[in-house]
Amino acid sequence: MSASRETARRAARVAAARAYVLPLALLVAWELSTRFGLVNTRLLVAPTKVIAAAWRELQQGGIVTPLAASLARDLGGAAIGSVLGVLVGSVMGVSRRWEHALGPSFHAAKQVAIFAWIPLMSVWLGTGEVAKVVFVALAAFYPVALNTFEGVRSVSPSHVEVARVFAFSRVQVFRRVVLPGAAPSIITGVKVGLVYAWLGTIGAEYLLAAAPGIGNLMIDGRESFQMDKVLLGVVIVGAVGVIISAAAANVEARLLRWRS
Amino acid sequence: MANPGIIEIIDVHKRYEVNNEALHVLGGLSLTITPGEFVSIVGLSGSGKSTLLRLLIGLDRDYQGEIRVGGEPVRGPSLDRGIVFQEHRLFPWLNVRDNVGLGLENSKLSVSEKERTVREHIELVGLRGFEEAYPHQLSGGMAQRAAIARALVNRPSILLLDEPFGALDALTRSNLQQELQRIWQSEKISMVLVTHDVDEAVYLGDRVVVLEPHPGRIERIVPIDVPHPRERKDPRLEALIREVREAILEHRS
Repeated sequence: MSASRETARRAARVAAARAYVLPLALLVAWELSTRFGLVNTRLLVAPTKVIAAAWRELQQGGIVTPLAASLARDLGGAAIGSVLGVLVGSVMGVSRRWEHALGPSFHAAKQVAIFAWIPLMSVWLGTGEVAKVVFVALAAFYPVALNTFEGVRSVSPSHVEVARVFAFSRVQVFRRVVLPGAAPSIITGVKVGLVYAWLGTIGAEYLLAAAPGIGNLMIDGRESFQMDKVLLGVVIVGAVGVIISAAAANVEARLLRWRS
Repeated sequence: MANPGIIEIIDVHKRYEVNNEALHVLGGLSLTITPGEFVSIVGLSGSGKSTLLRLLIGLDRDYQGEIRVGGEPVRGPSLDRGIVFQEHRLFPWLNVRDNVGLGLENSKLSVSEKERTVREHIELVGLRGFEEAYPHQLSGGMAQRAAIARALVNRPSILLLDEPFGALDALTRSNLQQELQRIWQSEKISMVLVTHDVDEAVYLGDRVVVLEPHPGRIERIVPIDVPHPRERKDPRLEALIREVREAILEHRS
């Protein structure tokens, strides 16, 4: 019994380790190809150089400040977009009348690729912080609104009936039955929204006016042809995405403990 | 002043519109249920048993005739009436304690009184030790026990039961029937049980109301004059079970 459990645990460890094989092999291939001059090192610098760049930038404050600025835009915009998304999704989910009034416009607007709003927004809101945060909020808004709507619609009528038996007011029904019932779907929406918001943050930094940020770090690197800095930016963008997703999954697991 | 537990159903008709066709579900049903009485309602499908419970609890007010509880016409749900459905309908995101406590959302009790009454009702249905369990961790029988606790937590004078044990296995069902008899005796409230199970109806009821279908009307009322608590093997019950079964089947042809 314990022997078989031990075997199972070992198998799980082997499976987890398998995920590291490809990235490690690529890193080694990348490092070796730069060492042996197989690639133009002006275009592709060695991973060790990227690590050195990270160390250099870190000491000069070249990472912390832009990262903080990007995260502030990202999380601020995601928060605004999520709150509005939950509101709009709930209103459409609870009321057929509002669904008929808002639904078609919502679905039409959703078809416009998110980056197509950038020119309009830069005309209306300028190219500063406001435009960036609004853009990030818009990116997070759609998935949250859509998933909230579907979650609210999926709330079981028999649960709503129980609430009616206990003479719940409409507000009580919403708080006690509809919101918790829709929560799994809403959280899925927020997770997708966070991914879109981070994409939107880097995009907005790239396409709108220069200001401290990870997007800007990469633009700087490109302009001055410091490929180590550009690649450092890529690594940071990926790492932040992974960390945000992991944190969201953690919060989800806590909030939806009742499901497992 | 009428007693709070008395239910008066006076010439109630209920029609549904299905595909532009009127469906006559209840056709002039009259019945008085006295306080503390246990009334079982049986009948073939289409006799409007469950519809009648929906009208009694106040979830459906679209009918002709009159339903009075404690002398007052029913105008909607009230904390004085509890209901247990066939499915437990517990909220999956709340544990047993919070599911039971949910019934007290609109109660005027203080927080400590609420905690006490929730605890008492969890004990009443024999779920002590399972307060923290979530519905998916409970067996069907335990979930239905929690649903009974939730329905009783406001100390209603009437408990309605809509085929509450219909989805349970035979052993759990007879266990819970016995439990329900005990709870009814200790709470001294009126209970109205709708069921397909004639044995259950006779075992628990002071009276068994047999409905005939299309539209639902009272075919016969069979008094069960056997004192509680009852033995399942009691020959008087077995004779009454046969009588009720025959009364139901009379109208099948």
